Amino acid sequence: MKSYLIAGASALLLVATAITAPAQVKPTDPQIAHIAYSAGVIDIETAKLALSKSTNDQVKEFAQSMVDDHQAVNEQALALVEKLGVTPEDNATSQALVTAADAKRAELGKLDGSAFDTAYVANEVAYHKQVNEALEALLIPSAQDAELKALLETGLKLFQGHQQHAEHVAAELK
Amino acid sequence: MNAPHLNRRHLLISGGAALIIRETPARAHNGAVHVTIEDLVFLPAEIEVRTGETIEWVNKDRMAHTATVKGGWEVMIPAGKTATRVAEAGDSVDYYCRFHPNMKGRITIVA
Repeated sequence: MKSYLIAGASALLLVATAITAPAQVKPTDPQIAHIAYSAGVIDIETAKLALSKSTNDQVKEFAQSMVDDHQAVNEQALALVEKLGVTPEDNATSQALVTAADAKRAELGKLDGSAFDTAYVANEVAYHKQVNEALEALLIPSAQDAELKALLETGLKLFQGHQQHAEHVAAELK
Repeated sequence: MNAPHLNRRHLLISGGAALIIRETPARAHNGAVHVTIEDLVFLPAEIEVRTGETIEWVNKDRMAHTATVKGGWEVMIPAGKTATRVAEAGDSVDYYCRFHPNMKGRITIVA
């Protein structure tokens, strides 16, 4: 349990570092598109893990809405970058996000039952909070294209909603 | 000499129509009150309805939403679809979307 907590904390720290470290260097639009898209893919993958493991109806419903919502936004994002002729560009922030998420998923994969549900939902609260902070502090202010900025702003509203939804589910699990 | 008279009458009619529109902003011809959902916002956020009238949520987003009253009823509003509820006497309520609780609305029952 203790090692799990430590691993959880360090994974979180890694995500925090991944998002805040490049603050000195403003990401470009192709990089922002890649970061936002990757953040969505990560949450879809984690939700699929939850759908395969959890037996709690609230947790499963939450996970399904993560899959549906993030897929919808990522489809919009792909349509936009195609329209703008922008090719999303892989970058250190995207890579750090993916690395941290892979570690988190491996960790969650070892848990079962209510231990899994609690850890998954707690991670969803923390993850959306981190992504929201990155959107507000870095990605939205750095975006140059008006349509990309607008989509990120919609994304922020959506992710803030997800964070609150996760907080509600977390409260129900207690 | 008839022309000014007609004009005045038109003016009165159009004035009356404008007044009706202003008094009932969210009301459609069929008596249903529409709430549009776009970009994670209920529009208008606050509506006034009479008991027995239909509230219709039109979801223009690509994601599912709900109209949920804490400890009360819930209406599921799938992506790109509409959903309805017939207003009841006790429906002066605050509601929110359970999937995105930052989306909030209010219904007031009027006589």
